[in-house]
Amino acid sequence: MATTEQPAPNIGARKLRKEDPKLITGAARYTDNITVPGMLWLGFVRSPFAHARYTKADVSKALAMDGVVAAYTAADLEFAAPLFMAFPLRDLKQPPHWPLAKDKARYVGDPVAVVVAESRALAKDAVEAVSVDWEPLPAVTDVREALADGAPIVHDDLGTNHAGTWDFELDSPAPRRGDPGPYFEDPDLVKVTGEYFLARLIPNAMEPRSVLAEPNLAQGEFTLWTASQIPHFIRTFLTIELGIPEAKMRVIAPDVGGAFGSKLEHYGEEAVSVAVARELGRPVKWTEERSENYVASIHGRDMYQRIELAATRDGVLKAVRVKLEASMGAYLRVVSPAIPMLGAWLYAGVYDPEAYDFAYDMVFTNTTPTDAYRGAGRPEATYAIERTMDQLAHELGMDPVELRRKNMITTDKFPNYTIVSGLTVDSGDYTGTLDKLLERLDYEGFRREQAERRQRGDRKALGVGFSTWLEMCGLAPSRVLAALRYAGGGWEASTIEMMPTGTVRVAIGTAAHGQGHATTFSQTVADQLGVEYEDVEVIYGDTQLVPLGLDTYGSRSMAVGGIAIHHAGEKIIAKARTLAAHQLECSEDDLEWTPGTFTVRGTDRSADIKTLAFAAWSGHDLPDGFEPGLTATHIYDPPNFSWPHGAHACVVEVDTETGLVDIMRYVAVDDCGVQINPMLVAGQVHGGVAQGIAEALYEEARYDEEGNLLHGTMTTYMIPAAPELPSFELDHTVTPSPTNPLGVKGIGEAGTIAAPPAVIGAVVDALSHLGVTDIERPATPERVWKAIQEARS
Amino acid sequence: MRRISVTVNGVPREADVEERDLLVYFLREGLGLTGTNVGCDTTVCGACTVHVDGESVKSCNLLAVQVDGAEVTTIEGLATNGEMHPMQAAFQEHHGLQCGFCTPGMIMAAVGVLNENPSPSEDEIRHGLEGNLCRCTGYHNIVKAVAAVASA
Repeated sequence: MATTEQPAPNIGARKLRKEDPKLITGAARYTDNITVPGMLWLGFVRSPFAHARYTKADVSKALAMDGVVAAYTAADLEFAAPLFMAFPLRDLKQPPHWPLAKDKARYVGDPVAVVVAESRALAKDAVEAVSVDWEPLPAVTDVREALADGAPIVHDDLGTNHAGTWDFELDSPAPRRGDPGPYFEDPDLVKVTGEYFLARLIPNAMEPRSVLAEPNLAQGEFTLWTASQIPHFIRTFLTIELGIPEAKMRVIAPDVGGAFGSKLEHYGEEAVSVAVARELGRPVKWTEERSENYVASIHGRDMYQRIELAATRDGVLKAVRVKLEASMGAYLRVVSPAIPMLGAWLYAGVYDPEAYDFAYDMVFTNTTPTDAYRGAGRPEATYAIERTMDQLAHELGMDPVELRRKNMITTDKFPNYTIVSGLTVDSGDYTGTLDKLLERLDYEGFRREQAERRQRGDRKALGVGFSTWLEMCGLAPSRVLAALRYAGGGWEASTIEMMPTGTVRVAIGTAAHGQGHATTFSQTVADQLGVEYEDVEVIYGDTQLVPLGLDTYGSRSMAVGGIAIHHAGEKIIAKARTLAAHQLECSEDDLEWTPGTFTVRGTDRSADIKTLAFAAWSGHDLPDGFEPGLTATHIYDPPNFSWPHGAHACVVEVDTETGLVDIMRYVAVDDCGVQINPMLVAGQVHGGVAQGIAEALYEEARYDEEGNLLHGTMTTYMIPAAPELPSFELDHTVTPSPTNPLGVKGIGEAGTIAAPPAVIGAVVDALSHLGVTDIERPATPERVWKAIQEARS
Repeated sequence: MRRISVTVNGVPREADVEERDLLVYFLREGLGLTGTNVGCDTTVCGACTVHVDGESVKSCNLLAVQVDGAEVTTIEGLATNGEMHPMQAAFQEHHGLQCGFCTPGMIMAAVGVLNENPSPSEDEIRHGLEGNLCRCTGYHNIVKAVAAVASA
C-alpha cells in the first residue's frame, strides 16, 4: 500500500506573512499612492463652528483662481438619498445626513462645499477662498447637557436631542433569565453602583482616509478606490445615493493602512467624489490631512454608564442592571445607534447571575459622529462589569480574583450555554484562563511585595488589576441581525478556483487592512486542499474581482469568512472526487481523500488535486454531465456568534507624588479557539492591548464650550509611542468553537476589550490603601494626583 | 520655482520645485517614490521618515529646497542589489508590521537608531523610536525586530 507523505500542517504554524514584502519595501498601493491620468484634487470647505446656520457658500473667488476647475455647494450636487444609515432601530429618530450640509452645520468639520483643482496645494488654497456667511449658534457637546431643558437642538425638526432608547425588554430578540427589580429591593443583598464616563476616542488609523473616483462615461461606469474596510457595502450605498447600478460601480479598497472601525464607515467624501467625477467626467482624488481626520472621521465611545450589581454577602452575584447614555455626535452614521447594543448582552461578563437588565439612550450633540471603534460596545461592557466587580470585592472585603472565580460560568456548562442575557455562548473555559494567568503572574508574590511597600511608606505604590473578559464576535447570523433591525446580512462568501497550472485562486468577501488575510487563508486552504502554501493566492477588497462579500469588522474574517472558504473547499473536494472516480474507474465511495490526493482504497492507484484541476479545466475527459473547471462558491451564514474570552492582569507602579503611572507588567491569557497562525494572533493581542492601555491612561478627545475639539491634532491627542508601553507577556488556552469546522472564534478586538479595566483596576488597587476607589479614565497624572489629594483630605 | 540637485537612493536628480513644496511631496508626487507615507500634518507620527545625508529626518518637516545638494535615502533605496536590508527582513521575521503604513518610516528610523547606537537596550530602542507612531503592533514586535538586528 502506498503511503502519502503528509506536508507539515500550515494551520497552527508561524508562517511569515505574504503581505509583508511589498509593505517593507515601499511598494504598497495605498489609495493616496495611486495616480490616474487627468486626475484633479478635491478640497472640502468645512464648518469652523460646532453649530451655525448659513445661507450662502460663495465660491466665486475660488473659481476665479488659476488651476481651480470647479466648485460645488450643497445646492449644486444632487443626491438621490442621504448617506445610508444601516440600523433603523425601533422608534429611532433619523434626520437625513446629506454629504454636504444644507442650511446648517452641526459640528466643527461638517462639510458644506467642495472645490476641484489641478493640484493638492491648489485645492487647499481654493478652500480658503470660499466664504460662508456663518451665523453661529449655541452648541452642546455633552450628552447629559444635550438632554437638559433648553439645550441647543442639533436637528431643529426633532425638537429634542434624544434620538431613541434601546430597551432590553422591547428590543432584545433573546429573553433574559430574570428581572433584576426585586433583587435591588432585597435588604439582604449588597448593592454597588458603578458610574463611569468613557471619554471620546479618535481611532487614528495611521493611514488617513483617501478616495479616488474615476469615471468611464462611455460605459457609464465608475471606479472608486477608497481606504475602507467595507468596499461591498459602499458599492451598495453609492447605488442608493447616486443611482449608479451596482454592476457599474466598482469599489476597490487597495492596501489599507489600518482602520479600527474608522473605515467601517461610509463617508460623504465618497459620495461627493463619485458625484463630482460624474459631473466633470474626470478622475478626482481627495486625501484627508490628519487634523482634518480628527474632525471629519468618526470617533468612538463618549458614553455615560451606570451599572448596578446586587450580590449576597458572601459574594454571589445575583443581578445586573445597566443604563447608558451614548453620544451619537451630530448625525447617525452607518451603525452609530447600534454600537452600545453590541455590548447589550455582555454586561454580566463571564458571570452567572439570575437577573439582568440593560437600556441606553442615544443622544445628538454638536460633535463629530461616533461609530465603531475597535471592540465597539464590548469594551464598554467589559469596562463596566469588571470595574464594578472590583468595587463589589472592595465592598465585601473579598479578593477581586476570588470574587470573579466564585461567579464564573463553570466549564461543565459548555458547550452552548445560555447566559443570563439570553444568548447562547458556544464554548469557554473561564477558570482555565484565570488559573493560567495567576500562575504566570505570581499573584501571591505580588501581594507580598505590595504589602511590604505599603508598610515602608514607599512613594511608588504597586497595584494589580484584572479583567476576565468575554465577547461576542464573528458578526453575525443574518436572522439575528434581522431581529435587531439591521439592514443587511451577516454571511460571508468565497469562491475557490483551481487554476489549470495547479495554483489556487481564493476570492473572499472580507477586506483586510492589516490583519494578514492573504497569509491565514492561504494556510487553511493549503491544508484543506493539500496544496502548497505558496500556490494559494487570496484575492479581496475589490467588488469587481470579488463581487460577493460583506467585508471586515467585528472579528468576523476568520470566524465567518474563513468558514465560507472552508465550505467552498469542501465543494472543490467533492467535485474533484467525482472526477477522480471517473479517472480511476472506481466508485466515489472507494476513494480515500488525504489532502491533495485521492487513493483507491487498498491500492496504490491515486489522483492528485493538481492533475484533476488540469483535467477539469481542459474538459477532455470528463464524466457525463460534469461541468468543466474546478470552481466552487460558498456563502456561509454563521449559526451563532463566536465567543472568545480570556484573563488579563496589569501591574502598575504609581508615583504618589506626581500621579505618574508606569506599567510594570501586562499579562494576557486569551482563548480565541483554534489559532491558525499564532504569530498573527499574538500581534492582534499586542495591538489591541496597546489601544486598550491608551484608552485607560492616555487618550481622550474633549471639546470646549463652543464645540471646538481641544485635542484636535496628534500633538494634543496622546497616542502612546514605544516608550509608553511595556513588552507584553502572552499565553493562551484553546477551547475550540463547536459552531464551525475550524473551531475558530476571532481575536481582532480582544485586547482592546480586555485591557482598560485591568489598567484602571491596577491604578485604583495601587492607591486603595489611601482610600481611592475610582479614577476617571484616562488616568492621566493630573487625575491620579487629584484622586490621591482628594482621598487624603 | 527653484531648481535643486539631489541624490535620491543613489540616483542624481535635478528638479524644479516650488519653494513651499515639502520634501515628502517632492518624493511622492515629484519622483513617484510613494513608499514614504504621510500620516499626520504636525510632524508627530514619523511615517514619512527618510534619511538625509545619513540622518533620520521627518520628510514632512523639510522643504524640498532644503535638500539641495544632499543625499536622500527612502525605503525604496534601502535594499542593496535586490537584497532586503536586515532591518526589513527582521520586520517580516518578527511580525513587526500589520497594516504597513508606519512601516517605511519606522524601518528608516530603526536603521537610524542602530547607526547611532549599535547595541541598544530595550529601553534605548523604545526611546529611539519615540518619534514614530504605530497603531497596529503595540511596538512589541517592532522592538523585537530592532533588537534582533542589533544582536545579529
